[in-house]
Amino acid sequence: MTPADFDHLTVDDVSRHFGRRRALSHISFRADRGAILGLLGPNGAGKSTMLALLATLLRPTSGRIRYGDGGAAGAALRAAIGVLGHDVFLYPELTARENLEFFAGLYGIADLGAAASRALETAGLAGRGNDAVSSFSRGMRQRVALERALIHQPRLVLLDEPFTGLDDASAEALGRRLTGLRAGGAIVILATHDLDLAQGLLDRAVFLRDGRVVHAADRPDALRAMYRDLMARVGTAADAPDLTSR
Amino acid sequence: MFGRIVWLVLRKDFMIEVRSLETAYTMLFFAISCVLVFAFALVQEGRAPEGGAAGILWIAIAFAGTLALGRTFERERQAETLRALLLAPAARPAVYLGKLLGIVALLSAAETVLVPLVALLFQAPLLAHPIWLALILLTGTVGFAAVGTLFAAMLIRARSRDVLLPVLLYPITVPVIIAGVRATSVLLEPDVNTGFLQVWLALLVCFDVVFVTLALWTFEPLMTD
Amino acid sequence: MPKWFIPLAILCGLMCATAPILVAQAPYESTMGLVQKVFYVHLPSAWMFLLAAIVCGIASVRYLFGGDSRQDRLAWAAAELAVLFGVVTLVTGPLWARKAWGVWWQWDVRLTASLMGWMVAVAYLLLRKYGGPGSDKLAAGLALFGMANVPFVYISVNYWRTIHPTTNVVPTLPTSFGVPLWFSAAAFLLLFVLLLRLRMRLEEQRARIDALYLSMDT
Repeated sequence: MTPADFDHLTVDDVSRHFGRRRALSHISFRADRGAILGLLGPNGAGKSTMLALLATLLRPTSGRIRYGDGGAAGAALRAAIGVLGHDVFLYPELTARENLEFFAGLYGIADLGAAASRALETAGLAGRGNDAVSSFSRGMRQRVALERALIHQPRLVLLDEPFTGLDDASAEALGRRLTGLRAGGAIVILATHDLDLAQGLLDRAVFLRDGRVVHAADRPDALRAMYRDLMARVGTAADAPDLTSR
Repeated sequence: MFGRIVWLVLRKDFMIEVRSLETAYTMLFFAISCVLVFAFALVQEGRAPEGGAAGILWIAIAFAGTLALGRTFERERQAETLRALLLAPAARPAVYLGKLLGIVALLSAAETVLVPLVALLFQAPLLAHPIWLALILLTGTVGFAAVGTLFAAMLIRARSRDVLLPVLLYPITVPVIIAGVRATSVLLEPDVNTGFLQVWLALLVCFDVVFVTLALWTFEPLMTD
Repeated sequence: MPKWFIPLAILCGLMCATAPILVAQAPYESTMGLVQKVFYVHLPSAWMFLLAAIVCGIASVRYLFGGDSRQDRLAWAAAELAVLFGVVTLVTGPLWARKAWGVWWQWDVRLTASLMGWMVAVAYLLLRKYGGPGSDKLAAGLALFGMANVPFVYISVNYWRTIHPTTNVVPTLPTSFGVPLWFSAAAFLLLFVLLLRLRMRLEEQRARIDALYLSMDT
């Protein structure tokens, strides 16, 4: 499987509904290689739905997502995407090494053992490879999960709340890993509501609320102030008579 | 590539099952309970009704199979690993086939315990024609599991999946149950009529071919939202 | 609602009102007597049951591989009608069987196969009702499998056991029996088309309300 090659992705007026629930409406943004884009917003803002759409797990109700200049689709596209989900996507009964080798195999990597060793090394768990994932702490699982998502060196990396359950040292390590990916030319998109940890990491911030883009900023600093300001502003606007926001 | 994915999925399921043995133990215990319940319901004056053993065997297989199917896919749901499978560039039909082979292996293992047990409790000469019996059990199990694996996989996304699985599965697998029970009871007669056996086996093989093909063909559209 | 709906609904009502008179005037069948007349309801409803199942199956396959939500609505409406006409068939059948065979239920091939088909249709509706979002696709898959299963059910039950009057008596039926039968079959077909259209309209309206609701973008 030759992974698709693209150097940017554009989300063009994308909406996704679940029955009558409008999870996302008219979202547009662009993400480039060598940059980290943050999807920020409170719970229920549509961040996870947006990631599922980008990961091809869901199809948009309307609008388009284009990877590069279009064309990429199906297995070739999936081979170029790595996803760290809300759940760890690991089998708790299997060891870290077995999990990594299994997924490396699914991505068509030839030398499973070498790929798994490399991933364990990067995760800082070289000594724990033969322990069952169920015996790991939340932070260790998250590290294995991240390396699982990156095992095929994807062009597009999607992360859903990657900082959850990490202590300061692990969060810092994750930050370093992400800047490493950026330097390696990946398109990194992460969804989070943890602004303190995202601070300083993002090249571009897209603020979501109730399924809409309320603000986008390049090279954002003072995220928290920006966020508080934005949410307050939108909050008062939403209090106005509005039949759709129920 | 296709074969490799099938093998990886099968081996992964096998390793998980060997580690915990959860599905194997619970399924087996449940199947044995079923056999006993039927024994208490049907055995009178120490004797089972004629041909009862064949029916009881297949009911136990069907019930235990439903349990195993539900459990296997519940496991894929827990850490959302099924999503991870669907995100990989691997051919989806290969994932289905790996899962199917795992279920068939698990059910076959349960049958090696159930058959002697039913033979013993109901004084049925089930083991008199082991080759024929093995063929009937294998083709029947593949047919049941082929439909069951697809339904259990697609129901992962649905609400009330635990109750819906048997609701959908049993009406569709009626031919398998009829053919399995009839063929097995042919084996229990003093003179085995191989003509009848061949008819039932042919039906089971056709069912397997049609439904495995259909499942491979519809797995992709059914698993994408 | 299309223009033809009201006139056809009136025609259907008239036919349903006239059918009992025709049936009453049809001669008594020599061996079965009065009970034979249930046949004027049983056979047409069985045909409609079959037709509904076929419509549901084909629409489901087209929805599964084409993704056109019109086909999905058609499949859903047809599945409900399959359950409805199936109930009529399965209730009137035993009434006739009691007289003809001396028992309410026989495990004969057509009866058993109809019951199994009806079970699949009910399972289809249960899945749609309780399956939550996304169950439309899953139901389409079930309908496809149910359709593929028909020959297997038929053959397996047939080998298992069989007794049922064959359908090829119908074309050779004397006119005195044939006229009321074809008349009531036509009435049932009309009823089928009208109900199908009405049920699809309900879903279309629902889809439109959803679309309107979602289009209210602020």
